[in-house]
Amino acid sequence: MNAVQCVDICKTYLQGDQEIKALDHVSIDIAEGGFVCLSAPSGGGKTTLLNAIGGLDIPDSGEVYVGGERIDNLSKGDLADLRLAKIGFVFQAYNLIPVLTARENVEFVMQVQGVSANARRQKSMAILQEVGLEGLEDRRPAEMSGGQQQRVAVARAIVSNPELVLADEPTANLDSRTSSELMDLFTELNETHATTFVVATHDKRVMAYAKRLIKMLDGRIVDDIQQKAA
Amino acid sequence: MRLLQTVSKLAWRNLWRNHRRTIIMVGAITLGVWAMIFMTALIRGMVDNMITDGLRALPGHVQVHHPAFRDDPSVENLIGVSDAEIRRRFESTDIESWASRVKVPAVITSERESRGIVLFGIDPAREVGISFVADDMSDGRFLEDESDSGIVIGAKLADTLETEVGKRVVLMSQDPDNEVADRGFRVVGLFDASLDAFEETMVFAGKETLQRMLKIGDAVSEVAVQGDDYRDVTALTDEVRQLFSGNEEVLPWAELDSYLGSMLDVMDGFVLVWMVVIFMALSFGLVNTLVMAVFERVREIGLMMALGMRPGSILAQIVVESILLLLVGLLFGNLIAYASIEPLKTGIDVSIVAEGMEMMGVSTVLYPKMMLKDVLLANAVVLVLGFLASLSPAWRASRYEPIEAITKV
Repeated sequence: MNAVQCVDICKTYLQGDQEIKALDHVSIDIAEGGFVCLSAPSGGGKTTLLNAIGGLDIPDSGEVYVGGERIDNLSKGDLADLRLAKIGFVFQAYNLIPVLTARENVEFVMQVQGVSANARRQKSMAILQEVGLEGLEDRRPAEMSGGQQQRVAVARAIVSNPELVLADEPTANLDSRTSSELMDLFTELNETHATTFVVATHDKRVMAYAKRLIKMLDGRIVDDIQQKAA
Repeated sequence: MRLLQTVSKLAWRNLWRNHRRTIIMVGAITLGVWAMIFMTALIRGMVDNMITDGLRALPGHVQVHHPAFRDDPSVENLIGVSDAEIRRRFESTDIESWASRVKVPAVITSERESRGIVLFGIDPAREVGISFVADDMSDGRFLEDESDSGIVIGAKLADTLETEVGKRVVLMSQDPDNEVADRGFRVVGLFDASLDAFEETMVFAGKETLQRMLKIGDAVSEVAVQGDDYRDVTALTDEVRQLFSGNEEVLPWAELDSYLGSMLDVMDGFVLVWMVVIFMALSFGLVNTLVMAVFERVREIGLMMALGMRPGSILAQIVVESILLLLVGLLFGNLIAYASIEPLKTGIDVSIVAEGMEMMGVSTVLYPKMMLKDVLLANAVVLVLGFLASLSPAWRASRYEPIEAITKV
């Protein structure tokens, strides 16, 4: 079964008087356990496509399926439930909750899901260890480096074993060493947890990690390449 | 439940992100709550004084009269049951604090002046705890028994009549045959009252002495009954009504003095309006604080929505934040109100504005009265209206589109 299926989706924005086609009749299927990179120059439509897959943005037309469930016609609340149950997000700007510690940030999704305190604690500690943040669990975001914060964001995205992780420019604010470590982590999680990863990037080093590279330009898919991951 | 824990934890931590703003807001709520409770306690104390003083002058929480007495308080409208029978009826109950009286309009004359007064014929032993006079003697003595041949008058009346303890005055009224009934009395004591009007118009003589002067045998004009709490006299009124089998008029104090009675209702309404007005002023600060808090956290709110938090939970988080802010303010407000009222319970001397207070029927010493129901009302007003005030910013926060919020700079 496909983890993600987009059927002929379109999305148009108005920028002043100008109409921008962010997605122009895009159709893709992403298999479960896939590791896909969406590559495009700025304004190419990769973030819009990622947001449409994540239910953060609703396309003007077309259909979006996640785990076989159509999501483009769901209500705001149902979309929230879907994201909570099935999707993990990693954002370019880390986007951690500043008043919570690293562990509490990781636990946040599980807490909203209603997981018990003991189970939350065990899972969050294990995942923080897995992403190499053992000993930093009680630090707040402001007390951590960019790389450490992004690792917390990754831990938060995968801790509840989502079917799908969507990462938007996850290495944009990281140095090359930290970027490599993060992508190694993604690869490991993809292989060990069979989690589907869709990563939007224009970083060629990141693209090298993907099993499949989808290139976009002006809201359209211009190339779809199966490749051997690094 | 777990979600509520999450929401509460986030709300509490968010509250203290901007310490200064939160402390200022808590200070404002504290001040507002203190003002609500403190001013209400002063008002309650003032009304309590007015009613208590008024009841001591009436006096009694429940009174029994001839049905026509209130329209024509003359010697013709006496209670149709003898004083001995009244005593027998009350002794068959567990009502302990009651007194029968003769009460007639009269004229008092000294060698220099005359004045119209209300003449009370009383049994001093029964008046203890009901009437104020025995406690407030400024000169001489109070009446010794119901056959005492002296009279007790107010200090102000003594000034007006240019008389004093030991001097004789003449009291003049009417007997049941509409003949003049008069007699010379020696002034045996002067009393002070919280209100000048009482000192100027009330004169006390022995009940038996007055019954003889008025030629009314064993009859009385009024029975006053004192309960435990002037706010709740319904049961007492019913019990006294049963004693008189519906032949006499038995009324609670609030109906006997409708002005005094209406004070309670008016003050209850005033207290609520006062609290709401204070809160309205507070609510601007509260809403502003919440709007700022939401505005500063648009991205975080978007993030939480992106991670799967439902709009209802976002709304709950802002509302809980508001409630927590209010609870902290309420805690300090209540404590400070208690701490500031408690030392003043012995009385606040307001004699500097005594004349104005006298005109309102209030004595010159105010005793703040902190009532549980007023404290609860103040807390409820703050919580309920605070909750309502927080709904607007909370609703706005919950309506954000996650992707717009998360990309907001």
